[in-house]
Amino acid sequence: MNFGKQFKEGLITNNPVTVQLLGMCSTMAITTKMSNGIGMGVSVLIILTLSNIFIALLRKIIPDEVRIACFIVVIAGFVTMVDLSLQAFFPDIAKSLGVFIPLIVVNCIILGRAEAFASKNSVGASAVDGVTQGIGYTVVLIILCAFREILGMGTFFDAKIMPSGYVPAGILTLPVGGFLCLGTLIAAMQWALNKSKAKAEKKEAAE
Amino acid sequence: MEVTRLLAISLGAILTNNFIFAQFLGICPFLGVSKKSDTAIGMGLAVTFVMGLASAITYAVNLILVKLGLEFMQTVAFILVIAALVQFIEMFLKKSMPSLYTALGIYLPLITTNCAVLGVALLNVQNEYNFIESVVYGVTGGLGFLLAIYLFSTVRERIEFAEYPKAFEGFPIALITSGLLALAFMGFSGLEVWPM
Repeated sequence: MNFGKQFKEGLITNNPVTVQLLGMCSTMAITTKMSNGIGMGVSVLIILTLSNIFIALLRKIIPDEVRIACFIVVIAGFVTMVDLSLQAFFPDIAKSLGVFIPLIVVNCIILGRAEAFASKNSVGASAVDGVTQGIGYTVVLIILCAFREILGMGTFFDAKIMPSGYVPAGILTLPVGGFLCLGTLIAAMQWALNKSKAKAEKKEAAE
Repeated sequence: MEVTRLLAISLGAILTNNFIFAQFLGICPFLGVSKKSDTAIGMGLAVTFVMGLASAITYAVNLILVKLGLEFMQTVAFILVIAALVQFIEMFLKKSMPSLYTALGIYLPLITTNCAVLGVALLNVQNEYNFIESVVYGVTGGLGFLLAIYLFSTVRERIEFAEYPKAFEGFPIALITSGLLALAFMGFSGLEVWPM
C-alpha cells in the first residue's frame, strides 16, 4: 500500500472533480462561500471514508447482481447520519447547503469510488482511498469557493477583505459563475497535466 | 387561484428556476448524454417520466413516514423508492416496448443516480406542495431538463467543428457553453410577476 502515491492521485492525477469529472452538481452549486465549501467537503470526506470502509468489509458478502442497490443503502445511511449531525451542531451550514446534503446520496463520487475501488480492494486501502479522494474533492471546492467569494462578494469567511472601492463581480456567485469557474479550472488542470506529460516524454526521448 | 399557482410552479420549474441552469440538479447526465440531440431527447423524456412518477409516489411515501414519525428516514426511503421505480420501468419497457428500451439503453439505470429525481422529491417536501402541485412540479421540472439538454446538445453538435484552445477540449468547453446558456436563462428571472 502506497499512501504517497494514492494521495497524489486523489489530489492531482486522478482528482475526483477535475479528472474523473464526478460530483459536478454539488461542486458548482455550493461553492459560493468558504463556509459552505468546507462544510460540504468535510461531509463528503467523512461519508466517503465510512462508506468505503463499510463496503470493503462487505464486499465478499454482497451479491454481484444487487450490489448497486446495496451500496446506495449503505451510503444513504451514512448521509442521513451526517445530515442529522449537521442540523444539530451546525444549523447555519445545514441551512445554506439545504437540499445538497441529502443529495450526497446520489453524488457520483461516492458511488463511483464504491464501485471502482472499495468493492475490489482491502479495507485499509479503501479507507485511504476514501480519505485521499475526499481531500481531493475538498481542495477543489476550497479553490472554487475562495475565488468566487473573494471576487464575487469581496469577502472571505464572511469578513470583508477587499478595499471599500472594490465593486464585487456578482456574476461569479450566480449559477453562470459556477459553470465558468469550474470550466476554466478543469481547462487549467488539463493544460498543466498535458504540459507535465509532454515534459516527461521529452526527457525520456532525450535519454 | 389554484390554476395561477400551478402555472407559476410550471413556469418556475421550466424557465426561471430551471433544474439545470438555476439549481444545478442533474448535471451529470446533462453533460454525459448531450453529445447527440436524439439521445438527448430520449434521456430528457425518460427523466421527465420518472420525475413525474417519482413525485407522485414519494408524496405518498412521505405521508406514511410522517404518520409513523419517521421523517428522518426520508432520504433512505426516497432513494429506495426511486431505485425500485426505475427498475420496474426498465422491466416494463423491456417486455412491452422493446424498441424504446433499446433506444434508451444504459441511460435508464443511470436515472437512479440523477440528482434531479431525488432532488424533486426532497424539494416537494421542503416546499410543502400538495399532491397535484408535486406532480406538476415533477413533470414540468423534467420538461425544463428536456429543454436544457436539447438546447445544449444542438449547440454541442456544432462546437465539434469550432476552434478553441486545446486545453479546453472535452468537458471545459462544455461547461463554458452551459455557463453561457445559463446566462441566457437568467433573462427569464424577470418573469417572476405571478403571485406565488
